[in-house]
Parts: sequence; structure tokens; C-alpha cells
Amino acid sequence: MARISGVDLPKQKRGEIGLTYIYGVGRSRARQILESAGVDYDTKVNDWSDDQITSIRNSITDNFKVEGELRSETQLNIKRLMDIGCYRGIRHRLGLPLRGQRTKNNSRTRKGRRKTVANKKKATK
Amino acid sequence: MARSLKKGPFIHYKLDQRVLANVESGKKTVIKTYSRASMISPEFVGQTIAVHNGKTFVPVYITENMVGHKLGEFSPTRNFRGHAGNKKDKKR
Repeated sequence: MARISGVDLPKQKRGEIGLTYIYGVGRSRARQILESAGVDYDTKVNDWSDDQITSIRNSITDNFKVEGELRSETQLNIKRLMDIGCYRGIRHRLGLPLRGQRTKNNSRTRKGRRKTVANKKKATK
Repeated sequence: MARSLKKGPFIHYKLDQRVLANVESGKKTVIKTYSRASMISPEFVGQTIAVHNGKTFVPVYITENMVGHKLGEFSPTRNFRGHAGNKKDKKR
């Protein structure tokens, strides 16, 4: 089993897909990694030899920030925005969308599950 | 779309002059401005700039982290007080 930067990779999948289970690696980065490690995209994760695994590991650590390090970097960026009190930081604090989307309805991703308001008045005719 | 690098960052020329004059003489007077679109350049650090939000001038103390942002980002134009009967929002 291949364990790379703290994540178990799925055994059955092609290398290009398997690497995307790492946070911070998508399809195009997976391809770059495999290219620099000299491994074919289509080789199943199971079929990687130990040498190939080490070279993949090295090419990730040399080139990219992944997993915990990347997560903490994003958190720091958000924290900076909140600390300087700029518009985006305020929106982060309020849990609302940052980029000018409408909030009259939708934007549930940022706002979370709907909070029903009791006794909300219906518009009177 | 990003601004062309050839032009450099936009800073309202009069605001820039006044900030530079302030820096040169070492003064820390508050500068009032309507120019919310001006970029904060490294010279601004340590100055207080009052940025108009459409109603009042909001004083903004510029720190190093703010360089590269626009002045308007620090002077909100809308003031949401919370919905009626929502006690949680009252403290703001």
C-alpha cells in the first residue's frame, strides 16, 4: 500500500487519479508529479515499485505544499484578512460570501443550513 | 481582470502627494480622502487615513499587512444592524 504525505492512496485506481486523494493535488498536479517522477500516468497505485513511490514522494515534497501545511497556510491567509479588518475579512467573520454574490437567497454554502424564523409575517395585501 | 503592470498601482495623485509630504515632515495628521479606489502603497504604513464611506470619513490606521489592498476595503459602505428581534445581533 502506498502512503504518501500522510494519506492512504486507493489501491485500485490509476496513479493520476489516486494522487488526487491528497489535499492540494488535483489532476494537473498529479500529472506533473508523475512526470517528474518518471512514472506512467496509467500505472495502478498497487503496481508502483518502492523506488517509484520514493521518487513520487520526493517530487511532491520538493515542489508542492500539501495536506496540513497547505491547510494551515490557507487558514493564515484568512486570519490575516480578518485581522486587518478589510471587507473580505469582515465577510469571513460573518460567514457570508466574499465576492459580491447575492445573499437575499441562496449562498447556502457559506451560510450553512437554513435557519427558519418563527412567526415571520406574510406580506399583507 | 487584473490591472496592467505597465501602469503600476493606482493612487490618486493628490492623496499620494499629501501622504508623501506627511512622511517627509514626519507628521501623523489624519488625511481625509474620497479616493476609495487608491491602492495602499508601502509609504502609507503608520499613517491614519480617513476614508469616506458615502456618509462619514472612517479613520483607518494603516499597518504593514494592508499594503496592496485598496482604501475602500477598510471603510464599509453598508451597516447591517441585524434583523428585528434577533437578540444575538444586538451587541454589535
